[in-house]
Amino acid sequence: MGLLRDTLRELRYYPSAIVGLVIISLLVLFSIYTVIAIPYEEAITLWRGGETVWYRLPRTVPPAWTNLFRSKKLPESLILDSREGAAERTEESLSKGEGKQIRLVYTFNFSYDEFPEDLSLYFYPTYTEKPPFVSVLWVTPDGREIRITDQAVKRGAFRFIQDKKLQRRLRRKVGDFPANVALFADPASTEADEPVPLKGTYRLEVLATTFDQESNLEAELIVYGKVYGIAGTDHLRRDLKVALMWGAPVALAFGLLAAVGTTVTTMIIAAIGVWFSGIVDGIIQRITEVNLMLPLLPILIMIGTFYSRSIWVILGATILFSIFGASIKTYRAIFLQIRESPYIEAARAYGASDFRIIFRYLIPRILPILIPNLVTLIPSFVFLEASLAVLGLGDPILPTWGKLIQDSLSNGALYKGLYYWVLEPSALLMITGLGFAMLGFTLDRVFNPRLREI
Amino acid sequence: MTLTAPVDTKATSTTVLLSVRNLRVWFELRKFGLGVAGYVRAVDGVSFDLYEGEAIAVVGESGCGKSSLMRTILGLHRPREGQIIFDGRDISRFTRDELRWYRTRVGYVQQDPYGALPPFMTVRGILEEPLVVAGVKDKQERLERIRQVMREVKMTPVDDFLSKFPHQLSGGQQQRIVIARAILLEPRLLVADEPVSMLDASVRVEILTLLRQLQEQHNLSVIYITHDLSTVRYFSERIFVMYAGQIIEKGPVNEILENPKHPYTWALLAATPEPDPQNVHKFREVPPGEPPSLITPPSGCRFHPRCAKIIHGTCERQVPPGFEVSPEHIVQCWLYEE
Repeated sequence: MGLLRDTLRELRYYPSAIVGLVIISLLVLFSIYTVIAIPYEEAITLWRGGETVWYRLPRTVPPAWTNLFRSKKLPESLILDSREGAAERTEESLSKGEGKQIRLVYTFNFSYDEFPEDLSLYFYPTYTEKPPFVSVLWVTPDGREIRITDQAVKRGAFRFIQDKKLQRRLRRKVGDFPANVALFADPASTEADEPVPLKGTYRLEVLATTFDQESNLEAELIVYGKVYGIAGTDHLRRDLKVALMWGAPVALAFGLLAAVGTTVTTMIIAAIGVWFSGIVDGIIQRITEVNLMLPLLPILIMIGTFYSRSIWVILGATILFSIFGASIKTYRAIFLQIRESPYIEAARAYGASDFRIIFRYLIPRILPILIPNLVTLIPSFVFLEASLAVLGLGDPILPTWGKLIQDSLSNGALYKGLYYWVLEPSALLMITGLGFAMLGFTLDRVFNPRLREI
Repeated sequence: MTLTAPVDTKATSTTVLLSVRNLRVWFELRKFGLGVAGYVRAVDGVSFDLYEGEAIAVVGESGCGKSSLMRTILGLHRPREGQIIFDGRDISRFTRDELRWYRTRVGYVQQDPYGALPPFMTVRGILEEPLVVAGVKDKQERLERIRQVMREVKMTPVDDFLSKFPHQLSGGQQQRIVIARAILLEPRLLVADEPVSMLDASVRVEILTLLRQLQEQHNLSVIYITHDLSTVRYFSERIFVMYAGQIIEKGPVNEILENPKHPYTWALLAATPEPDPQNVHKFREVPPGEPPSLITPPSGCRFHPRCAKIIHGTCERQVPPGFEVSPEHIVQCWLYEE
């Protein structure tokens, strides 16, 4: 198809086509990267993981880069894990030869204008009989020392905000503030009842006493920030990045398969109808007319509600109902014209079979119309999938852009001012649509020069 | 109305290749999509014999049924009545396989060379198609046959043209490709539907000469369909004049051109332009009226409403039989009733 190649080469002269192509190639590369970086199984376990996977992340916080546009910098999350060497560790054996003393010192710099969301200390002790006894001490940049807790620890979390004893102690020492504020507040500001965080180097000291030589203690300090990562998190502490990344291959696959599936089948059916005419054409036309009256979205909602919400079932139903769409009429009109071409008559005269005429003579003529049509159709199917997800009929397993929007709406994201949650997937959807639309409209101009401006 | 071997000087054999017997091609007119409202009698009782290696010209104005006649001979339309006997066998009784064989025996040259070539295929692809359809499996053999036929139609050097698309060729070159495609399967009959009417005057003669050469080389029988009598002389041994679905006059070329008998043939010949400067000042007589409706053709002689020589009382009542005015020259007109 040298003609096709020449036409595609012409795309170079259209900036919109180049922009469209760049967007599409970036999306494709992004999808490939996603599928390799977060394999399907992993993505699903991550997305359905819940607190056990995501306990380190703060809840519903915007992405970290939003700090660039804020005058008051929001704190980022801090994860200091002694197992990863994030704590300074000293050990000494006790004189009796039984047990040892382990000292873990976490030092971090805090220079934000807002208080962190929460603080947690996760303990991972190993012991045979008696769990280690732990004393935790908080040292502020100005040298004040605040005792956090003294307790025997089993595997589990110490949550600063929820601890009653700490709360009482802090009320006496600092004022009636929750732990995340009290621990970081500038003493000068607490008296005025308008706490601001004290910037500088904080230290948390964990002093553990074990009761036998084999016992050990590791601990993880998490200071939950108010921003996270490049995409932020949702109400289940999940990193939106996973869903945003996986949304791309799902959207592209759905859009492409649905668009190719419908256009190609529609075209073949239209060609068959036109070529055999008579009763075949009549049946195809009547089916199309009936199908045109059937509302696709309610049918898909019904399928989703009563049968299956799997993306593949929805894809199949979409293709099935779109095949006998309005484009059958368009293609038919064009095929009727092509059918009368002398070269088709010539082909009949040298004995080409019906099948050969349909596939070798009728269909290639329509490709110039088909290709732009197909490209512009892709985003409409991407949007359809997103719409279904927003209506709560998204695939229950796969994370998609539409499902992010649905999650955000059902959790009142806009009401709570969590705009990032809605805007991120919407922006990706719009960029996808834009890329295909730009390429599609340009292809239309290139293939159908009559549409060009005079 | 029997025919004997043509008295033409050309060495045509006496074997009949194609024999058309009382052929009628009617198209149904539908009423409300159901029921038949009537018929378009495109071809209404045509009979003739075509000998091997002979070229005949079918002339007539637009809408006289010559294209329907040709399409029926090509097997593209089914006749309503009558027979087309090719090489002793009736093509309307052919099975699918026989029909495929028949189609390799008949070549077709169309009027509009650009339309006749699929615009998305290269010359090579276009010429390969009939071979693939005919079941030539070997790619090398196909290419070899394409090269050979390209040389025959004088599209040399062959390799320069093989990868070209139709729009990259001139009208004359396109028509040569159409001819190449028609003779590719080594047919015995060539049907040429106004092969030069869409070409420039300068290439017409070339194409006609080429067709003539090919006809002689391959001993082809040719049915040459045209409305242009000026090109007929180059080409054919006999002329059939068609009017309203019937052959009203037939005979050797020189007879018809120099001694036409039917009033309609006179009109046709008078309408043929001749390159004479004096013609600018001359007004041509054309028969009044429109070509008749093929749905309700006139009674009697179909030309009578437009005929200047009408014999009232006879022409509108009775269909004229064929009168042999001179050997081989048969005319259907009451003027020549002895």
